[in-house]
Amino acid sequence: MLLPRIIPCLLIHRGGLVKTVKFQEPKYIGDPLNTVRIFNEKAVDELLVVDIDASRFGVEPNYSLIKAVAAECRMPLCYAGGVNSVAVVEKITSLGVEKVGISSGFINDSDLVAESACRVGSQSIVVIIDAQNTGKKKKKYEVFIRNGTENTKQCPFALAERAQASGAGEIVINSIECDGMMGGYDMDLIKGVRDAVCTPITALGGAGSYEDFRALVDHFGIIGAGAGSLFVFKGKYKAVLIQYPDWIAKKNIFYGGLVG
Amino acid sequence: MHFSTGAKAISVIDYGLGNVQAFANLYSRLGFNVVVAKTAADIANARCLVMPGVGSFDWAMGRLNSSGMRESLDKMVLDVGVPVLGVCVGMQIMADYSAEGVSPGLGWISGGVRAFEIPDNGDMVSQRLPVPHMGWNAVKPAKEDGLFAGLAESHFYFLHSYFFDALDTSNSLAFSNYLVPFVSAINRDNIYGVQFHPEKSHSGGVRLLQNFASL
Repeated sequence: MLLPRIIPCLLIHRGGLVKTVKFQEPKYIGDPLNTVRIFNEKAVDELLVVDIDASRFGVEPNYSLIKAVAAECRMPLCYAGGVNSVAVVEKITSLGVEKVGISSGFINDSDLVAESACRVGSQSIVVIIDAQNTGKKKKKYEVFIRNGTENTKQCPFALAERAQASGAGEIVINSIECDGMMGGYDMDLIKGVRDAVCTPITALGGAGSYEDFRALVDHFGIIGAGAGSLFVFKGKYKAVLIQYPDWIAKKNIFYGGLVG
Repeated sequence: MHFSTGAKAISVIDYGLGNVQAFANLYSRLGFNVVVAKTAADIANARCLVMPGVGSFDWAMGRLNSSGMRESLDKMVLDVGVPVLGVCVGMQIMADYSAEGVSPGLGWISGGVRAFEIPDNGDMVSQRLPVPHMGWNAVKPAKEDGLFAGLAESHFYFLHSYFFDALDTSNSLAFSNYLVPFVSAINRDNIYGVQFHPEKSHSGGVRLLQNFASL
């Protein structure tokens, strides 16, 4: 039986790992390689590493860091940040990264996903959508780029559909207003994407407990459950502590311990 | 990573596809002599061969055919009998053909490669299973020795939309379930293939790669 994936999302800022709240206030978590080693020991399903400086400041990805992280990972790795050309996609996969996340690159160049999927295969192309509810009375979701600083005015569901049509193998849907709040996922946002595409999707933004994972899987079946704060903070004062559910905890989350 | 000593090495075939570096890192960390093979000379002296693969069937066959290694690879595997492990698309190209493309496969293990089909019957259960099949799934080996020694029922990482449909069921080495039961590992003589990614499957994957190197 296939298990839903539980995916820690790590943010790189000035060479270190940080965690944000609503894409603001980056708080230092630790050294990237050390953290990956800890996640290896905890046998995580998959890792998502996002360089939050690369696309915002238009700098190239830090290839030496990506290579070091990829060599350390005993699990599939998705890297995102500053991916704006097929050459960058190919360079990153050649460093031993399984999946490459594209966000503003797809908004700016609608051919980037299709051309990249041709070279490295759909299964390695992930489109990451950062969305926010900008509606006053009625919910209205819009896609933001450059680390949440620029509103593209695009609809995330239409964008997800275009991403799938272009050959994206997976969609990550990230809620900006839920980021770091630990109050649960934005189910409406996720449902909109789930209804728009039939590729695998991963939800990100808002997970504050294992209960949130359970609610997500109850609603959507097989889905990637991404989280940041939950895996790096403990307690209300947010002490840094790397944690991840073990095999038994995972079975409890998804099957209430029913599967032996 | 390239050792030119006389000791026989594990050759990871680098034909421009798949995570060559992950295999090389893992084996060298386990203390094995590893070569990242880019030419026929690099595989001539191999004690065993790993053939990774990510991407589409035709792209993989095209890259392998133009790599300059195809001929010696056939010879090493079919005549000399060196153990070979194909991974993901590296496994699928061992078949005769694939529904994903038009190129002939290596034809090392008889059978074809088929697509997962989502039943179009409004069945909510099946519609909750997207394709590609992505994530950690159980692998049940037909027998718990050799490649699967110590791996009675383990979980491995999968990422694929097509699967190997072995004609001769005696070539099926392990099974998994997604939409349908499918063959997740194959074997004929010295030829092995796994649909999942042992290089990204934590301790179970390390054990399997260790088992392979000890065959």
